[in-house]
Amino acid sequence: MTKLIQTIVDGLGVGSTYALLALGISLIFGVMHLVNFAHGELITVGAYTSYFFFLHGGSWWWMPLAIIGSAVLASVAVEFVAFRRIRNSSPFTLLLTSFAIERLSHAIWQIAVSPKQRSFPKPAWVFNQFKLGSVSFEVMDIVTIAVTALTLILTAVVFKRTLFGISVRGAAEDFDAARLMGVRANRVISGAFAFAGLLAGVAATLILMRSPAAEPSMGSDWLLKAVIAAVIGGLGSFSGAVVGGLVLGLLETLTRAYLPEVAVGWDKFSTAIVFVLIAIFFVVRPDGVFKVSHAERV
Amino acid sequence: MLEVDKITTRYGAITALHEASLEVRAGEMVALVGPNGAGKTTLLNTVAGLLRPATGNVRFDGNDITGNEPAGLVRAGLALVPEHRRIFKDLTVEENLRLGGSTASTADRRVRLEEAAELFPVLRSKWTTSAGFLSGGEAQQLAVARALMSNPRLLLLDEPTLGLAPTMVDVVFDLLQRLREQGRTLLVVEQNATRVLGLADRGYLLRTGRVIATGTGAELAADTSLFDSFIGGEA
Repeated sequence: MTKLIQTIVDGLGVGSTYALLALGISLIFGVMHLVNFAHGELITVGAYTSYFFFLHGGSWWWMPLAIIGSAVLASVAVEFVAFRRIRNSSPFTLLLTSFAIERLSHAIWQIAVSPKQRSFPKPAWVFNQFKLGSVSFEVMDIVTIAVTALTLILTAVVFKRTLFGISVRGAAEDFDAARLMGVRANRVISGAFAFAGLLAGVAATLILMRSPAAEPSMGSDWLLKAVIAAVIGGLGSFSGAVVGGLVLGLLETLTRAYLPEVAVGWDKFSTAIVFVLIAIFFVVRPDGVFKVSHAERV
Repeated sequence: MLEVDKITTRYGAITALHEASLEVRAGEMVALVGPNGAGKTTLLNTVAGLLRPATGNVRFDGNDITGNEPAGLVRAGLALVPEHRRIFKDLTVEENLRLGGSTASTADRRVRLEEAAELFPVLRSKWTTSAGFLSGGEAQQLAVARALMSNPRLLLLDEPTLGLAPTMVDVVFDLLQRLREQGRTLLVVEQNATRVLGLADRGYLLRTGRVIATGTGAELAADTSLFDSFIGGEA
């Protein structure tokens, strides 16, 4: 029982990071029909920003702001420089462009900094544990879950209450209809990229507190998981992305914890087993969990 | 108020409008009729800025607005209720209306939300319902109410009765009449040609992308070319 609770908390911790990233991917897919494979690079940007600041006397007290700020700026800049010009091209062109940005980002960090990993200090408390009854928790897991929950509440408020949020949701459903309402295409797309950057920045902060290091290709693994989470939830569905992220996180930690340890290294198959489960899921429900369709009524 | 001067609009190799011209004067209700595929929707979408004409000009209040973004046109006082309504089904009725008033100030938007609730009692009772659950007639009223949120001086309506039950068609025609009485200028595309021409000050008959007849509503309704154009005779 103790092990199960700990595993679930671990899973929610990992899953909430996936959820934040998947939400950003779903958001951009909603307004642009682009699966943004460059989204993971925002984590890399945050990591090198921290590395740079720690070289010059940085502190974890304000580092989250620097990470989030750099991710927002990078996200908006990528939209402005790369995607804005090809916005009306085919989805395939958009997809290839996002791959190009991902590759370019890897190359830039390799050339400008180093192909090798660069580490920086972690917050002092990050691996502290505390006990609740017989179950011990990592402080970082609780921080991750709490920060994610707050971020998701903020996101829900923005998308339910503010005109910006309603514009993004409207544009995600029918872009031309939103333009007819007076919504400015550039503004709503920039805004969506900025918000996706904010979410990625929060995710990057949580990731970097746990493993404080920068590496040129570090964004790609996270990106892959986030895309899978977004697709599980139904691309374009915001609540789906969150559920998809949590489900993926739980699946990963549960399979890792409970696979039989008869043979050496069985737990290494956990990723493979997760992918098999996902493949089966997509055969059963190709549009994801939250794909909603409306019948035309007369 | 609106002058469309010889616009030609193409979709790739297909030319949907050939040098079509029309004029709408302030306070008028103008009907645009014609068979399917005549280019009526293309004309409205070109005026509203969703499509860019290959040649020709569109002027609104004397200013050249050819190819302008819809966002600017809405702010200038021109709104389109698009074909198939295109309400946001994932948003609530209230959110649809707020988005319709996105160009207004917060105070104006609040006032207009109350006006919409008064003008459309059906919507008031479904205020927080997802618009995807509305019936066709309710959805059409929402589409009009949403466009009115920007307080347009010129309202373009594309097939407002399409797919509606006969009683709902009456409701929509009553609504058009009321909008006229409010002093709004209307340009209406309608399948129900005789009925809309009965209500309109003037009309234009469009066929295969060309304006082939124009006149007062009554003249055009009496014109044999109207009947011919629908059954495919030579006009």
